[in-house]
Amino acid sequence: MNGNEIGEFIGALLILLGSIFSVISVFGIIRLPDVYTRSHAATKSSTLSVLLTLIGVFLYFLFHDHFVSVRVLLGIVFVFLTAPVAGHLIIRAAYRSKVGLADISVEDELYEVIHEDKPMNDEETEDEERS
Amino acid sequence: MIQIMLGISVVLFAITIAIAVLRLIIGPSMPDRVIAMDVVGVNLIAMIGVVSVVYGTKAYLEVILILGILSFISTIAFSKYIERGVIVERKRDR
Repeated sequence: MNGNEIGEFIGALLILLGSIFSVISVFGIIRLPDVYTRSHAATKSSTLSVLLTLIGVFLYFLFHDHFVSVRVLLGIVFVFLTAPVAGHLIIRAAYRSKVGLADISVEDELYEVIHEDKPMNDEETEDEERS
Repeated sequence: MIQIMLGISVVLFAITIAIAVLRLIIGPSMPDRVIAMDVVGVNLIAMIGVVSVVYGTKAYLEVILILGILSFISTIAFSKYIERGVIVERKRDR
């Protein structure tokens, strides 16, 4: 077994590890009680699984064809940058549109922070703090 | 050996996408469905990478970038729609 076959095997092993992480994260998505914990499962471990898989694909093409695929590298960087941003934005929208927490939740600390000194025209202040 | 591992990983990604589609159907609120759609898109990226390795071609690697950009933009648009009710907002008198 020469070096190229060892490299291909490492790439396939990373792909298999990424798919196992993906199945574990989707069990979190189907089992957890409310949208916030589900986003925790979706964003973190799904990003990890996709990064492992794409790194495996990159290593496989590197050792099999001696081809440095810039597109896969760009895909890795793009997924690594945009998946946490997308998770943050959708959970912010979920909290602003008053999606309830699960029944077993103990405390909602953000509610007190937002509603502590609420002015009369909250639409305007939300616009100002966002821009 | 490598082909067996790649086949197992394709099947596992298919199971992942099926369960995420189940959450997309039964999800009680709108952000649940958007999160499930994001999971489907991100796992589709990885699955296309694995399929490209299985077929031994490099022609599918552009699809990774295009799907990543489309999934991100659609998630951003849905989050703005859920939060505000509009997608493209115009500056008024300011």
